[in-house]
Amino acid sequence: MENIKTANAANLEVFSEVLQDLAASDKDIIVVTSDSRGSGKLVPFGQKYPDQIVEVGIAEQNLVGVATGLASMGKKAFAVSPACFLTARALEQIKNDVAYSDNPVKLIGISAGVSYGALGTTHHSLHDYAVLRAINNISIVAPADNFETAQAIKEAAEMQSPVYIRFGKKAMPANLNSDATDFKIGKGRIIQEGNDLTFIATGEAVLPCTEAAKLLEKEHQISCKIISLHTIKPLDTELLLAAASNGKPVITVEEHSINGGLGEAVASLLFQNSFTNKFKIVGLPDDHTVSGSQIEIFNHYGISGEGLKNTVLNLLKL
Amino acid sequence: MQLEELKRKSIESRKKVIQYIYNAKAGHTGGSLSILDILNVLYNDVMNVSPENFDSNDRDRFIQSKGHSVEALYVVLADKGFFPEEDLLTMCQYNSPYIGHPTKSIPGIEQNTGGLGHGLPIAAGAALAAKKDNSAVKVFTVLGDGEMAEGSNWEAMMFAAHYQLDNLCAILDYNKLQITAPNADVMGLEPIDQKLESFGWAVKHVDGHNLEELSNTFNNLPIVAGKPSFIIAHTTKGKGISYMENVLKWHHGVPSKEQYDLAIEELDQQLQELETVLK
Repeated sequence: MENIKTANAANLEVFSEVLQDLAASDKDIIVVTSDSRGSGKLVPFGQKYPDQIVEVGIAEQNLVGVATGLASMGKKAFAVSPACFLTARALEQIKNDVAYSDNPVKLIGISAGVSYGALGTTHHSLHDYAVLRAINNISIVAPADNFETAQAIKEAAEMQSPVYIRFGKKAMPANLNSDATDFKIGKGRIIQEGNDLTFIATGEAVLPCTEAAKLLEKEHQISCKIISLHTIKPLDTELLLAAASNGKPVITVEEHSINGGLGEAVASLLFQNSFTNKFKIVGLPDDHTVSGSQIEIFNHYGISGEGLKNTVLNLLKL
Repeated sequence: MQLEELKRKSIESRKKVIQYIYNAKAGHTGGSLSILDILNVLYNDVMNVSPENFDSNDRDRFIQSKGHSVEALYVVLADKGFFPEEDLLTMCQYNSPYIGHPTKSIPGIEQNTGGLGHGLPIAAGAALAAKKDNSAVKVFTVLGDGEMAEGSNWEAMMFAAHYQLDNLCAILDYNKLQITAPNADVMGLEPIDQKLESFGWAVKHVDGHNLEELSNTFNNLPIVAGKPSFIIAHTTKGKGISYMENVLKWHHGVPSKEQYDLAIEELDQQLQELETVLK
């Protein structure tokens, strides 16, 4: 694993490198792409393992169908496509062929969320957590850093049940907490401890929480706990209930619509367990998305250090 | 299997399809009767699959893309010994695994289907896996004519030809009627053979109720080395029961007591005729 980049790689690049590593010793690893090997950083993989990459062309339904057929024959099939197309165009294949039929396909949504920035809503995936949360028998994973990405891909390769993993194109930190070396799909990861409130975030929305926590600590002496809830389904209920048990405010942050995503999943859990913590869901509103780069869109909707700081101060009425 | 035995199985299986649909008060009667001969030949004369080898990766694969004609599949699998036939008395009843579409929870079924346009992409993926493993496994799928309007089929059609999947055989159950009206009125398929050929498939027309022709065709695949095979099986919706043949309402019509008795009478008559010929 020495070829894995350790700092400031896009999660996408980490994915590609880990896959090459796995494919070196496992001929059953098959990557299926929909004219997406360039955007998926899979060109080197294809050069090294031409027999282990299958191109289907721009045909996402067939991408998932073919990956299902491969998986049904014992292959470890990774279906790689932009998250926007994979989880909308091929949703029925995901629901029926993969999840309902219990075929352990690994669905990889690349350039997820608003990673495509100014290319606009056709290329954004702000619905994927919501639609997949309503489908039985599929795990939903959004790694926050390079470490979580590498671990998630390695675990997914051996999973016997369906999984969807999504990440973006932008460089992410190598590891948001190098002391937290345990990783398991379905178990959240504590990025930092804190006493005054808890950020529960997923994917590339975890990083801005760490920035907000620094500002809040420095400017207001507010100490924040941050959980990287890389797995949105199944939910790590034990960790979440324990985190909320101090009664302090909970802020969820996600690169997804505020409807049906991480925030609503956490709210549902806490409310049904009689928690009355102050609670705020931060994500993309139910509105046409502003145009701009990923970072500009994040800033616009307050998914940023400054934005989240202000959300917290409002919530605490400070 | 002997041709006479296959013929007997077809008639007996039609009786069972009618019996279990009548019992369940539900089913896709017309389509189950139209694909029955195809399934009978595949399972009893062509494919290397049985309860004994179903755990082996070397078994041939069948994926029923037109999942709604599941009653025919259930009857053929029960006859093959995959599960006790009397289980089918629970078909479509509360908490029965024998629902109105194929599921892997039933022994012998490879894939959950029901949504249309799903079987061919999956079959193509399975055929590609077999090629990669240098395996002799053949993959078969049966599609309905109405579902040919699904775009996913044509995505898979391009794919299978591109990867030269000559271990893949798609069969069109071409009974020419779909739920609303004849295909020609709903969404015309013709010239279907030219379309399939232009997509790079080897194509053959057969009589979908001629067991000998079906057997000869399926046992001599691929039609052309290096090309996937598409068998256009011309069938009759409601085949075998005179008042159901080519009558739209039997798409998912359930017979009344009188209609049921008449259907069984007709099929018994066909069995008797077969016995007479054999003597």
